[in-house]
Amino acid sequence: MGNPSSVHTAGRAARRILEDSRDAIARRLGGEIVFTSGGTESDALAIHALGHNRRLLIGATEHDAVRAARADAEILPVDANGVLDLTALETALSGSPALVCLMAANNETGTIQPVAEAAALCRRHGARLHVDAVQAAGRMAVDLRTLGADSLAISSHKLGGPAGAGALVLAADWDGPSLIVGGGQERGRRGGTPAIPIIAGFAAAIAEPAPDLLPLRQVAEQAAIACGGIVLGGDNRLANTICVALPGVAAQTQLIALDIAGIQVSAGSACSSGKVARSHVLEAMGLGALAGEAIRVSLPWNATQADVAAFATAYAAMTARVTRRAA
Amino acid sequence: MRVLAAMSGGVDSSVVAGLLHQAGHEVIGATLQLYDHGATSARKGACCAGQDIHDARRVADRLGIAHYVIDAEARFRSAVIDDFADSYAAGRTPVPCVRCNQTVKFTDLMQLSADLGCDAMATGHYVRRVDGPDGPELHRAVDLRRDQSWFLFATTRAQLARSLFPLGDMPDKDAVRAEATRLGLEVAAKPDSQDICFVPSGRYDTTLATLRPDAMAPGEIVTADGAVLGKHEGIGRYTVGQAKRLGAASNMGQVVVALDAPRRRVIVGPRGTGTRHLQLRDVNWLIDPPEVLRCAVKLRARDELHPASVMADGSVLLDEPALPAPGQGCVFYQGDRILGGGFIEARAI
Repeated sequence: MGNPSSVHTAGRAARRILEDSRDAIARRLGGEIVFTSGGTESDALAIHALGHNRRLLIGATEHDAVRAARADAEILPVDANGVLDLTALETALSGSPALVCLMAANNETGTIQPVAEAAALCRRHGARLHVDAVQAAGRMAVDLRTLGADSLAISSHKLGGPAGAGALVLAADWDGPSLIVGGGQERGRRGGTPAIPIIAGFAAAIAEPAPDLLPLRQVAEQAAIACGGIVLGGDNRLANTICVALPGVAAQTQLIALDIAGIQVSAGSACSSGKVARSHVLEAMGLGALAGEAIRVSLPWNATQADVAAFATAYAAMTARVTRRAA
Repeated sequence: MRVLAAMSGGVDSSVVAGLLHQAGHEVIGATLQLYDHGATSARKGACCAGQDIHDARRVADRLGIAHYVIDAEARFRSAVIDDFADSYAAGRTPVPCVRCNQTVKFTDLMQLSADLGCDAMATGHYVRRVDGPDGPELHRAVDLRRDQSWFLFATTRAQLARSLFPLGDMPDKDAVRAEATRLGLEVAAKPDSQDICFVPSGRYDTTLATLRPDAMAPGEIVTADGAVLGKHEGIGRYTVGQAKRLGAASNMGQVVVALDAPRRRVIVGPRGTGTRHLQLRDVNWLIDPPEVLRCAVKLRARDELHPASVMADGSVLLDEPALPAPGQGCVFYQGDRILGGGFIEARAI
């Protein structure tokens, strides 16, 4: 495959794939596309460029990609369902110009944030809004214009595409610095040869229609509740994400027990050591001990009734075993 | 059967996982994350560092078994590290490996193994479980140089019944390394772990000074009748029986006979001072407690055997005087079998 910056025939062919992919993704998300290596880089780039010389305000349940990007971020509180406190946002916006980072939907609970309301507040106070839509894209309607945000981060593998590409979607050109200048690719906003095969997969994945997973999610939730599970995050959530706590049973125990039974779930956000760390999201929701006792069950786009039934069986077997122990 | 293998990333527990897997069992590997190893990861040779978790995972990959990293940081901190520091500050000499076995491994990890539907938990300890007429018994390892039975005296009978120690019958460490090579494990030549895993420098006094500065506060070295012989730099640097770091008193043939924590005093006496009476706390019996048990006791990990009588209430009468250190274990042996043990209490000063 050619390099899209090359003038020869193979280079032109590569550039066509790159630009066709860019157009396909831009049509979906409603903005100008800068290709990156993934969601983390897209968030970091947004904070670096759009947040240049601005205060940074972030929700308490943001992903580590946002939380770790800048040490001086001001944290905005959330309610017991993990929904941003808009009054606290408005108060915080009264200071000097800010960049606000708010996720469209949370990666652990699926809780959908009031992005449009936050965007209106930001506009009124001269603040910018960056939306981390890594978890939400492909699972709910995400459009930069409708949301009224300044930028949007998405990731290929979260949409069912290959891992290794993401995009920062921009409402307008920026005035801030780039993270990587390099060879001037992406109109100087992100240097480095783009990963064409992965980007092509990314564009193909985003074109796929989202299946309606809500009925399956409800069946899985009812099965967990029947065994003593507590579903967290309120009612306004993504159709594929369940965050369910089992009081008194450590998340890592649940995760391993289900894995052995062939059900792959997660808890908190993945730590490089592989240990199951306590969830900052659930702690920010004020859940106390439950924050260490909740797992995340994500339904893949191709989930079936049989998959949900297998989950229900494994979950019941696990709860029966640990309940016997407690008795 | 389904077995949880406690894998440290070292050669011993790697061979345990490999042997059980080869024998056809469903092996689930588990490695404990005991503390944030950021400060200690550069160090080789001590157990539980970041490299060890990596090694354990690679062994599990090689064997084709499941493997999980278990977060035990909070429990290890409270049950082992804090206890370690508090003991020194109180004038006792702790055995953190016993506390770790007793809490993190044979309570918490064993509970996890039960929650996962495992029939047993296997470790790389050099001890033998022998199934006798009254249930499982704990015996010394075939290789007495590697024997770790003293460190497992607090294992209860119920825990023993769910434990497997596949290395107890190994003739020596070379044989274990040969098994590792045969199983194709890269850890076959990895150095043995040493010292206390959470003491990065190998100097426990540096760690202690950070955790409990009061254990490192200066005080006086005195005789039993109160004569001041010198100064010391913290009772945490001393253990009963010690002859070093006593300044002039060392030259007078003195050893530490007691530590008076409230007054920060190191009390010395002539070499050869001893007692025949010991009181133990938290005694763990691996037999039905007898009224009087004639046995031999070991008062330190590397100690000779002392013939003694142990009473059901945890009092011990040694045949010959010795100088046991409060906080250490007193473990009861009859031949190769461990019948129980407890922690040595301080005598009234």
